[in-house]
Amino acid sequence: MTEHILEMKNITMTFPGVKALSDVSLEVSRGEIHAICGENGAGKSTLMKVLSGVYPHGTYEGEILFENRTVGFQNIRESERLGIVIIHQELALSPHLSIAENIFLNNEITKNGFVNWNKTNQEAQKLMAKVGLSEDPNTLVKNIGVGKQQLVEIAKALSKKVKLLILDEPTAALNDADSEHLLELLRQFKHQGMTSIIISHKLNEIAAIADKTTIIRDGLVIETLDMHNDSVNQERIIKGMVGREMNNRYPSRESQIGEELFRVEEWTVHHPDDSTRVVVDSVSFNVKAGEIVGLAGIMGAGRTELARSIFGHSWGIGISGRTFIKGKEFQLKTIRQAIDAGIAYSTEDRKRYGLNLIDDIKRNISMASLKNFVKLGLVNANEEYRIANEYRTSMNIKAPSPNSIVGKLSGGNQQKVVLSQWINVNPDLLILDEPTRGIDVGAKYEIYTIIQELASQGKAILMISSELSELIGICDRIYAISEGRLTGEVEKSDFSPELLMKYMTMTRDEMTKEDTNA
Amino acid sequence: MPKVNEKVSDRINGLKGRLGGVDLRQNAIFIALLALVGFFALTSPNGCSITPDNWSNLVVQNGYILVLAIGMVMVIIAGHIDLSVGSVACFIGAASGILAVRPLEQTGWDWVPKFSWWAAIIGAVVIGAIVGMWQGFWVAYVGIPAFIVTLAGMLLFRGLALITLQNTNIGPYPDSFRLIGNGFVDKENSLGHALGMKDYNATALVITAVGVLALLLQSFATRRGRIKYNQVVEPRVWFLVKNILLAAMIAYVGVQLSQANGIPWTLVLLVALVIIYTTVMKRTTFGRHIYAIGGNLHAAVLSGINVRRVNFWLFVNMGALSALSGILIVARMNSAVPKAGDGFELEAISSVFIGGASVQGGVGTVTGSMVGGMIQGILGNGMNLNSIGIDFQMTTKGLVLLLAVAFDVWSKKRTK
Repeated sequence: MTEHILEMKNITMTFPGVKALSDVSLEVSRGEIHAICGENGAGKSTLMKVLSGVYPHGTYEGEILFENRTVGFQNIRESERLGIVIIHQELALSPHLSIAENIFLNNEITKNGFVNWNKTNQEAQKLMAKVGLSEDPNTLVKNIGVGKQQLVEIAKALSKKVKLLILDEPTAALNDADSEHLLELLRQFKHQGMTSIIISHKLNEIAAIADKTTIIRDGLVIETLDMHNDSVNQERIIKGMVGREMNNRYPSRESQIGEELFRVEEWTVHHPDDSTRVVVDSVSFNVKAGEIVGLAGIMGAGRTELARSIFGHSWGIGISGRTFIKGKEFQLKTIRQAIDAGIAYSTEDRKRYGLNLIDDIKRNISMASLKNFVKLGLVNANEEYRIANEYRTSMNIKAPSPNSIVGKLSGGNQQKVVLSQWINVNPDLLILDEPTRGIDVGAKYEIYTIIQELASQGKAILMISSELSELIGICDRIYAISEGRLTGEVEKSDFSPELLMKYMTMTRDEMTKEDTNA
Repeated sequence: MPKVNEKVSDRINGLKGRLGGVDLRQNAIFIALLALVGFFALTSPNGCSITPDNWSNLVVQNGYILVLAIGMVMVIIAGHIDLSVGSVACFIGAASGILAVRPLEQTGWDWVPKFSWWAAIIGAVVIGAIVGMWQGFWVAYVGIPAFIVTLAGMLLFRGLALITLQNTNIGPYPDSFRLIGNGFVDKENSLGHALGMKDYNATALVITAVGVLALLLQSFATRRGRIKYNQVVEPRVWFLVKNILLAAMIAYVGVQLSQANGIPWTLVLLVALVIIYTTVMKRTTFGRHIYAIGGNLHAAVLSGINVRRVNFWLFVNMGALSALSGILIVARMNSAVPKAGDGFELEAISSVFIGGASVQGGVGTVTGSMVGGMIQGILGNGMNLNSIGIDFQMTTKGLVLLLAVAFDVWSKKRTK
């Protein structure tokens, strides 16, 4: 009875030197929600690009059957014509156009060659109702939140008479409420008979919504799990993804905590666009040698702003407060001063702020420590190569050589390059802003190991993360920040998600109340 | 992953790395240059495009564009542009005249003392650097896009050039001053006469031989260094073929020049600048910071690179090189005129892009830009010899620029 809407047979895709997909077969039944899981770089996105015609027919081997007909798309337009619509992780909306304009972009409702605006808005409204978006269709897309933008993308897909909707990491940028709404929407579509393929790292969502889950690892299909089978749970999926039981998602470690290494007192920062807005409000904290300290907070709590303002005033204006390194007061007014004083900051957004993607591994690793390679005024490129090669081996950066271009590496490997870059300046304090964002489970484990290794060398680590479980897993102490203020300091023995979450969501009023009680 | 697979993928990667050592893009423009030389050798009347005199002309005629292209490629790699270089060259050319030539009374500059030729050249370069500081200040410290600052500079310095010239031409320049744009090393061939070689300029041959030898030694030393550090290098055959070809080409041009008047001082200056700036771009922190800024500005800032300082000095450098270019122009023309350097900024920018630089910044080389400049120069020269008018010359140059960049885009897409 199960009719396959899509069959991909023995797909093999080879890039120069790399087999991205080897002999991959995928069957999707009509009306199901089919999840695809795999570590970053496993080949999920490549598979979807083959399906949607981003990689045109002929560049891959194998056969694609859509509704029992062999298809070979030359571009996305051809796949969309048959009702296969892919929504990418980075939304493809034009921010200065309205919702209605975006929905019918490149698919405009015209009459005699002119756009029929009344019809456009009317149709847009209908589609928006279907996805539960109650906004004026004339609202500009830049003025609605990212959750609603996601809905606009889906409305756009519906306007193309979609039969198979592919969502690549749809909830990565959404908050819980928006994510929940999106998942509910997918369930509704399923009942209306639509088929969806969802690529996600969030295993709890997959467990909640998917009918089947296909796991891809190293370009191979490992297995397809029936999610209605009781024995299939998150651990089961993880096992398939990494090829080993991940009972212990965090490496264990004996902490050896030494003297206080870094201290901030009464740190206050104002917003660069609005000098009256206090973003970080008299924050004081310390980090000891060999200690991993977590900084927990929801997005917008001021975590990154705190870190970057400490790192050579690289964010914010009207910065006041004092910084001490090994008990001695230091002025850290430029990034250079901060680096020279022994502080490193690895950014939360490695592609935008961390790496020169068009350059190679070795020159990215030496970027912040270039002067160490200079002899008689000239950079010793061979020495640079040697050092980079050492990091490539010790950090397990998967690339053929230190001359490989960083932009072509997977997220986890890029993150290792960023870490290498900062380890190479030999800092005492490493501020790691979301060091595992957007990277897969296996690479995360490696990153944790590296962080712990650094701590055991006596370095102080300040780690910012949105994932509470990760902070609890590897930190010795956690500070919680909310609305620019430190709201709690929790020792390892008292770690619990509930307590941290309470501190992280504390409002300004509650803080003042607690202050008066104390 | 099992061990066998690892071995296979290692070998695939090794092979890929080896082929990756061959930079197709750079080689393609080099081949285009050779093809162009060959084409005009066949089509020009009596093959006059490859006569010794024409080789000599080619160098001297294009020197000022190539000097500009050196500064321009650095500016473009950092993600900026400089539209003012032609005007600055004109302005500095005029200023050098005031220093080196006794100006006429009606210009109002007759109070300036007359300097010796070398002091005038140094003075002019300093003025050029000051012009660069002016532009660098607005770009780096005020944060106005270079396009705007140098568009303004294009008008501003053309205006200042006109003010300086006061509706006159300045000239003639002292002979020693003119050598740099118009002179040759040992033009009288005194060495050759001493050795009994009359048809060949012996000094030119000696310099060529030394140059070829130095180039080969340098290539081998670099290769040996890389091998010592277990780096992937080009296949040996390819390395040898490439270097022998390159050496043969240089030797050929050197012999040709020795049959004319010898090696032009302009060429000496150019080669020196190319060596210096290639080193600056590849091996100094300043050069590497330029690539980093062009590749990802935010990452460069967060790595502690003082972006403002780098941008500032980039424009100071561009100003000084524009000054050199201006000096070459007046030395060759023997007079500073109001239209000097008109449109040179565009030729310099085209050279850089034909030479493989990226519009987005972060990519480009000094040598590539030189090849790009030579392609344009040989095109113009060859068409002149074939009596093709300026109308078709411009059309052709426009298409060449477009196709060169199109090829770049296309080849990048292919590798993706």
